[in-house]
Amino acid sequence: MAWTGKILRVDLAKGTCKDEPLRMDWAKQYLGQRGLGTKYLAEEIDPKVDPLAPGNKLIMATGPLTGTNASTAGRYSVITKGALTGAIACSNSGGFFGNEMKNAGYDMIIFEGRAPKPVYLYLNNGDAKLVDAAGFWGKSVWDTEEGIKAKHQDPLIRVASIGVAGEKGVLFACIVNDMHRAAGRSGVGAVMGSKNLKAVALRGTLGVKVRDAKAFMAAVAKGKQALAANAVTGQGLPKYGTQVLMNVINEVGALPTRNHRDSQFEGANKISAEAMAAKRPDGKSNLVTNAACFACTIACGRVSQIDRTHYTVAERPKYQVASGGLEYEAAWALGAATGVGDLDALTFANFVCNEQGIDPISFGATLGAAMELYEMGAITSKDTGGIELKFGDPKALTEMTELTGRGEGFGAILGLGSKRMCEKYGKPELSMAVKGQEFPAYDARGIQGMGLTYATSNRGACHLRSYTVSSEILGVPVKTDPLVTEGKAALVKAFQDATAAVDSAGICVFTTFAWTLDDIAPQIDGACEGNWTTAKLLEVGERVWNLERQFNMRAGFTAKDDMLPARLLKDAAKTGPAKGLVNQLGKMLPEYYQLRGWTPDGVPSNETLKRLAL
Amino acid sequence: MMMSLHIDPAKCTGCLQCELACSYDNEGVFNPSKSRIKVFNFHDEGRFVPYTCTQCAEAWCLQACPVDAISVDLKTGAKVVSDSLCVGCKVCTIACPFGTVNYNASTGKVLKCDLCGGDPECAKACPTQAITYVDANWTGLERMRTWAAKTDSGPRATH
Amino acid sequence: MRYVIVGAGPAGVVAAETLRGRDAGGEIALIGDEPGEPYARMAIPYVLTGKIGESGARLRKTKDHYRALGIRTVPGRAARLDRGKKELALADGTKLTFDSLLIATGAHAIKPPVPGLDLPGVHHCWTMADARAIAKRASKGAEVVLVGAGFIGCIILESLVERGVKLSVVESESRMLPKMMDEAGGEMIARWCAAKGVKVLTATRLKGVAQGKGERLAVTLDPGGTVPADLVVIATGVKANTDFLAGSNLKLEDGVRVDDRLCADGNSIYAAGDCAQGPDFSGGFMVHAIQPTAAEHGRIAAVNMTGGDARYKGSLIMNVLDTAGLISASFGHWERGEEARALDAKAFRYVKLAFDGDRLAGALTIGLTDHVGAIRGLIQTRAALGGWKAKLMRDPTRVAEAFVASSCAPRAQARGTS
Repeated sequence: MAWTGKILRVDLAKGTCKDEPLRMDWAKQYLGQRGLGTKYLAEEIDPKVDPLAPGNKLIMATGPLTGTNASTAGRYSVITKGALTGAIACSNSGGFFGNEMKNAGYDMIIFEGRAPKPVYLYLNNGDAKLVDAAGFWGKSVWDTEEGIKAKHQDPLIRVASIGVAGEKGVLFACIVNDMHRAAGRSGVGAVMGSKNLKAVALRGTLGVKVRDAKAFMAAVAKGKQALAANAVTGQGLPKYGTQVLMNVINEVGALPTRNHRDSQFEGANKISAEAMAAKRPDGKSNLVTNAACFACTIACGRVSQIDRTHYTVAERPKYQVASGGLEYEAAWALGAATGVGDLDALTFANFVCNEQGIDPISFGATLGAAMELYEMGAITSKDTGGIELKFGDPKALTEMTELTGRGEGFGAILGLGSKRMCEKYGKPELSMAVKGQEFPAYDARGIQGMGLTYATSNRGACHLRSYTVSSEILGVPVKTDPLVTEGKAALVKAFQDATAAVDSAGICVFTTFAWTLDDIAPQIDGACEGNWTTAKLLEVGERVWNLERQFNMRAGFTAKDDMLPARLLKDAAKTGPAKGLVNQLGKMLPEYYQLRGWTPDGVPSNETLKRLAL
Repeated sequence: MMMSLHIDPAKCTGCLQCELACSYDNEGVFNPSKSRIKVFNFHDEGRFVPYTCTQCAEAWCLQACPVDAISVDLKTGAKVVSDSLCVGCKVCTIACPFGTVNYNASTGKVLKCDLCGGDPECAKACPTQAITYVDANWTGLERMRTWAAKTDSGPRATH
Repeated sequence: MRYVIVGAGPAGVVAAETLRGRDAGGEIALIGDEPGEPYARMAIPYVLTGKIGESGARLRKTKDHYRALGIRTVPGRAARLDRGKKELALADGTKLTFDSLLIATGAHAIKPPVPGLDLPGVHHCWTMADARAIAKRASKGAEVVLVGAGFIGCIILESLVERGVKLSVVESESRMLPKMMDEAGGEMIARWCAAKGVKVLTATRLKGVAQGKGERLAVTLDPGGTVPADLVVIATGVKANTDFLAGSNLKLEDGVRVDDRLCADGNSIYAAGDCAQGPDFSGGFMVHAIQPTAAEHGRIAAVNMTGGDARYKGSLIMNVLDTAGLISASFGHWERGEEARALDAKAFRYVKLAFDGDRLAGALTIGLTDHVGAIRGLIQTRAALGGWKAKLMRDPTRVAEAFVASSCAPRAQARGTS
């Protein structure tokens, strides 16, 4: 129940699709999605494999709640060895694709090998086949999705695909489903492209069942009530989206600006939620409506439309439609990180990121680094094909987004990500990244816990592995001081473990603004066999975290990689509440290792491994 | 007081909780494809439209059924398919000009909204009140009814 | 008022009920020429498969339905109409006078002019009696030749396949469903049937049937020679039952010609259903022998017979068919005008839309079951498609979306701003 008990294994080299039973013993230990997908990957590939070689595998995995009516229960994750990082990659996406996989009869799809020529998977209720994708190769995500639906004469097919960026090996290419929901980070789209896999098209009408319907429905109803009653999930997110954070984070002096040289952006209010809702000269607002992913009762998603007279779209009707609007991380990366304060230019760049499948966080951050390199003369307009990469120039942003989306010109250089690009131009210290993955939208000098979060994140710098912003800024579940380090090691560990459990269940981490694991456990237990309690979920979370850590160590990562760029550790914040502060990672890290039951070198001890049955 | 489903697309976020509730109540599984209510997603316009039977006065489905398998629930006014009488001929699916009667190949019968006997699950499940069950006299259903009249090939034009 | 309704099919029964609803005291006589309660021919295939019993085919299921409504059911067959006397004579000599008459006599199955069609084992599949006779011979493994792959033939085909017979279908035209489907659709359905084990013989004529060995028949086809059969089912077409109107001076073409009030004589004689040639939604007057038209005709005629003034905007020809699990439908004029097609031969899916300028005028679908009625809605409301025309030209499978877009709701307002 809840699990379908079946996985689909697709051998791209041989062109075969085979069903196999889900390892239920693993499901009981790793739950689903992130945890279970990581377990399969760790068992099946050599962690030292080149991420873009055929030996890497790409797993799309749902959680047991995916496809039920639990709020937000439409999630799936892509698990692979990350192209950008060389570390474990697990990118989580919403939309409607995850539910469709479940309804098509599978918990998980494992892609292995490399197809001799471009293909896509078409899976219709247990009937899977690889189809020639010659007609779609070179096409954008948007055209591919529309084309596949038309080809199979079924507007209800759900598609996850890569754009040209993924085909061309842009290292932060993502996989986009439902036009603008993405498994965004770590370059999972580049891995998909390396396999000559253009798209996964699903249609499922089989239905999803739960173990104890009565208990499940009661727990789900209670959970929905809690979301509706909570100020963040019931009002803030539906009304403003994650963009509610733009002005808040700028106020607290933690909005990384111009490649983290500054930590407040003077143009923040121009690219904020409030700006998206404000009337433009054309009488409309950037924001058309909010929108929900499958089964989500929060509905934080933004749908935006660009002013038809704006330079980006005036001659291009294709982009005059409503489509996925800016959420906070994207607005930050495309805006503050590059110093651009033109909301419609950011929205256009965001459209293109969705259209061609690139991660706006890594892209914007990398462009910010390139702008700094340009400013210091390490990059010249000769390198960029004549485009001036000036901080704050919307045209530099939008042109580079299009070039990177197609992996062309200087876009191919940006597509290497900031680490490789900055090394290439001899300034590795300008890459604002951990384990090769760029920071998201919180300056670790102004929010100390996020420094530890970034440094220890198994997939490279990331806010979604332990969102201590919730506690340090928003006061959920308890308010802590963002400027101090005391207690942050424990906070980070608790968030990491709980989030790993949530990411393995099939639901969205945003529920945790209102829910604790005490709210989630009864929903999982109603759906699945296995007596799921809060304690058991925490154990699963910790097990998953340590499994990811082990994978990375086998891949060659060490404690030395739990490190922040010097800029955050040495250059103090210039303005705002954190003025004069650097991130004090060194104060937090040893305590964190100790709390984790790891050696001072960051290696999980034998007792810890034994305790977690690893 | 006659109640009816009031649908306000401007409030819909496209979450499909209504489809999940409908399929669960009717089929015992979460399966949007078996839902009697369907949310249309007009992606390029940022518009979501929940769509189901309006229980229209013309009752095209009922009129077209050759074997009297569709009847009016006197309590709710819903046009209800009797599974034991439906032979699966599908005439109602083409006769309903709203397209809100669908054939279910797995049972060999047709599916349509029956207002859950007067306590519609979709309305209860909707998190934004885009679907409510209210006094029929003041619902926006009038708009659809007006529209239905355009489809009328005559029978309502009585004097 | 004395109302006489001749014919107890769907048009007659709906008319009788509507009359009673509008005239509580009138005398209503409903004449039927088949034994038992009025039933739906459309349900016969499901009787043949055993999905329902004969009682499941009844038009109305409540006990004593007609008596409770004060509708007198009269067994008999109409023989002659005397308009001057306002009198209808039945074959048994009974005479009924009326103030208002509804002709709802339906149609009968016709035979091609070849020898041997009176032999035992050669049947139409039109009446319940035919169904019983077919059931006796169509046992598992029996060899059956079905002559005619039009709409009626294909409906029976489904039940014969389910009964497990060895089935050959003979069609003189070059494809199955020559009237309901275009070439691509007919070919797809034929290919599906062949995959289900049906021998499909198009461009083949029945030359005759002869007695073979024992109870078996010898069926001669051209081309194809002579093949043995346990049962031959003739489904080569139907003709309106209007013979009894000879000499009545009513206008008879393909059926009884009626105006937009379903009136045949401008006064007191009406016609409805398969025997009526009424207004076509797309212009002109046509016999549309389908259930929804019969029901609409019956209702409108009854309204007018009771002093109302209901005008029929015309029937839309449409059909839905299940050929051994493959579902197809056709609407309106799909055979002309600008068209958009999406065809997936391997998946047995097909959508063809035909436009009249900015409007949908007709459609064919195969393998589509969700929201298919919306096609009728789009055609019959003559909805202007606007920007959706181009979208449908690109992807005709989005027809239900086009319908919802044209019928529902203004654009959502931004909710984030309030």
